[in-house]
Amino acid sequence: MRLSWSRWYGIIVKEFIQLKRDRLTFGMIVGIPILQLILFGYAINTDPKHLPTAVLLGDSSLYGRTVLQGLKNSEYFRIDRVAASAADVEELIAHGEVQFAVTIPEDFGRKLARGDRPTLLIEADATDPSATGNAIAALSGVLRTSLSRDLQGTLGRLIPPADPVDVRIHRRYNPEAVTANNIVPGLLGTILTMTMILMTGLAMTRERERGTFENLLATPALPVEVMTGKIVPYIMIGLIQVTLLLAAALLIFGVPMLGSAALLYLSVFIFIAANLTLGITFSSIARNQLQAMQMTFFFFLPSILLSGFMFPFRGMPEWAQWVGTVLPLTHFLRLVRGIMLKGNTFPALWPDIWPIVLFTFAVIGIGLAVYRRTLD
Amino acid sequence: MDADLAIDVTGLNKHFGDKHAVRDLSLQVRRGEIFGFLGPNGSGKTTSIRILCGLLRPDSGRGTCLGYDILNEAASIKREVGYMTQRFSLWEDLTIRENLEFIARMYGMEDHRQAVASALDNLGLTGRQDQLAGTLSGGWKQRLSLAACMLHRPRLLLLDEPTAGVDPKARRDFWEEINELAAGGITVLVSTHYMDEAERCHRLAYLAYGRLLASGTSREVVDAQSLTGFEVSGPDLILYARSLRGLEGVDQVTAFGETLHVIGRDARALQATAERMAGGGVHRWTRIRPGLEDVFIGLMESAEDNYR
Repeated sequence: MRLSWSRWYGIIVKEFIQLKRDRLTFGMIVGIPILQLILFGYAINTDPKHLPTAVLLGDSSLYGRTVLQGLKNSEYFRIDRVAASAADVEELIAHGEVQFAVTIPEDFGRKLARGDRPTLLIEADATDPSATGNAIAALSGVLRTSLSRDLQGTLGRLIPPADPVDVRIHRRYNPEAVTANNIVPGLLGTILTMTMILMTGLAMTRERERGTFENLLATPALPVEVMTGKIVPYIMIGLIQVTLLLAAALLIFGVPMLGSAALLYLSVFIFIAANLTLGITFSSIARNQLQAMQMTFFFFLPSILLSGFMFPFRGMPEWAQWVGTVLPLTHFLRLVRGIMLKGNTFPALWPDIWPIVLFTFAVIGIGLAVYRRTLD
Repeated sequence: MDADLAIDVTGLNKHFGDKHAVRDLSLQVRRGEIFGFLGPNGSGKTTSIRILCGLLRPDSGRGTCLGYDILNEAASIKREVGYMTQRFSLWEDLTIRENLEFIARMYGMEDHRQAVASALDNLGLTGRQDQLAGTLSGGWKQRLSLAACMLHRPRLLLLDEPTAGVDPKARRDFWEEINELAAGGITVLVSTHYMDEAERCHRLAYLAYGRLLASGTSREVVDAQSLTGFEVSGPDLILYARSLRGLEGVDQVTAFGETLHVIGRDARALQATAERMAGGGVHRWTRIRPGLEDVFIGLMESAEDNYR
């Protein structure tokens, strides 16, 4: 039987009307993304600063105080405890009351003045490496710059010699390491994955549970008309979501937008379509709305964990990277970060566009294969 | 294939897991006829109807519906059949008008505005067209459902308990519409629990436990069972009924308001019992022609004994 535009249009109109009447869902579609963005955009911070630090000051010379001041100025360390003994330091760290403990030995100033390289012990609670990594990385620079001011004039010859290797850390694209620049585009993808799959995941099961599926089946409507017709309204909803999220990203979080908005929307469109077809396919497989929800979460978790949103993609084992490569979110994250932060153009984006398109068509194929043409 | 038959199926079987929902169903429905489908709950009526309109695939059997093969030409069948589900299956969150428009579009009707407008007019719902379908009363829901499945001018209507839970006046109106449709040449297959509705059908079939137990006109169905019946009136009928059960020739005793129907297969034995009982007591025994209901109760009971 031939495809009918009239039937397809009819299904789209019906879905729009039902969506409009379902106030709660509609509110969720608009409200949840914004709420999540604001909550997570502020809450997820992989470059934490002002970490609580304890000090065991064995040397009250000028140099000791200079070091402390330097640490404070770096903004990574907030010195709010002065420890009385090494045992005290041990306890503070063990109890998690401080993230760092700085021990300045008794002969620190003397050794420094003599030109010996004194030791400075910094203990870190590294249970969460990402929380301390940047602070530690910043240490040596902090020390050198802060001490160099004191070691001027006659003591100038005491400036510690430069490291044998001149390490220059050049942070590209995000020079200040503003976490939001990375997190917010990532949230765009995860929020879309979540809402899009869930919304359409319920679309078919809802018909089945309300008994209206029987009526729909009794009409000559074709599976492909029903499936794609049900998707269209959500594509528009998704585009609205993205616009809201982008506005928040630019205005509230000050995420830069270096690339083309048209390319960004193209990527978003492709990504939304991928998620919606997956949702509708879940919906065809699931027997009821609960199962559809479970499938959504089953897919959502690896999407978050293996796409490079939560953990650096290159840090994962190879098999996990393979899994991640299949997921649309992985490619979408690269696309969005590429467009917004790097200003990439189409040729650079293509390697991440076609996998999403391929995914979409594969999923539509599966969806049509499992679509129930009868009530069996 | 007989061109006069709207439905012609033989040997249909359908299982759901262990349950044999339809057994060797053979059914012939003539064009323009109102065909009644009767039987207790779970007897396979709904399953049979769903097979006929292509919503379920039979495990075995074959046949045609409006001349189209029920196994391979479901798409063509769907276009020319109007199916009204047992449960209200239109969209409750759409208005009356939106529901009709949606259905019209699904059937690809060119003049769907016109069709919806006249359907609303026939229903008398033009003034309430923007009301949500979910807020309609039971009777109105049934009428809307019928209007919806009539919208694309089908040649065959499959109605699954269309009047369940509908008040008597709405039921009568409903049947008037059905009669008019049949008079206009549309074939109607309707399942029901109501005996008065069964009597309105040109022909009927009785199903129990997935088996077709009887079919024909209501007179044929009654005659085929060759039952003998008496109507009994008098005092303390409940007690009296108890004393009758188990007597020779008595197969079933059913209370019908102020009277009892005493039915038996063995005419001679029942006659003898009747004479004996009527002779010595205050109860009046009158010979009656058993009705459809008597026949169906009998069929249901014997089906329970035989197939359960």
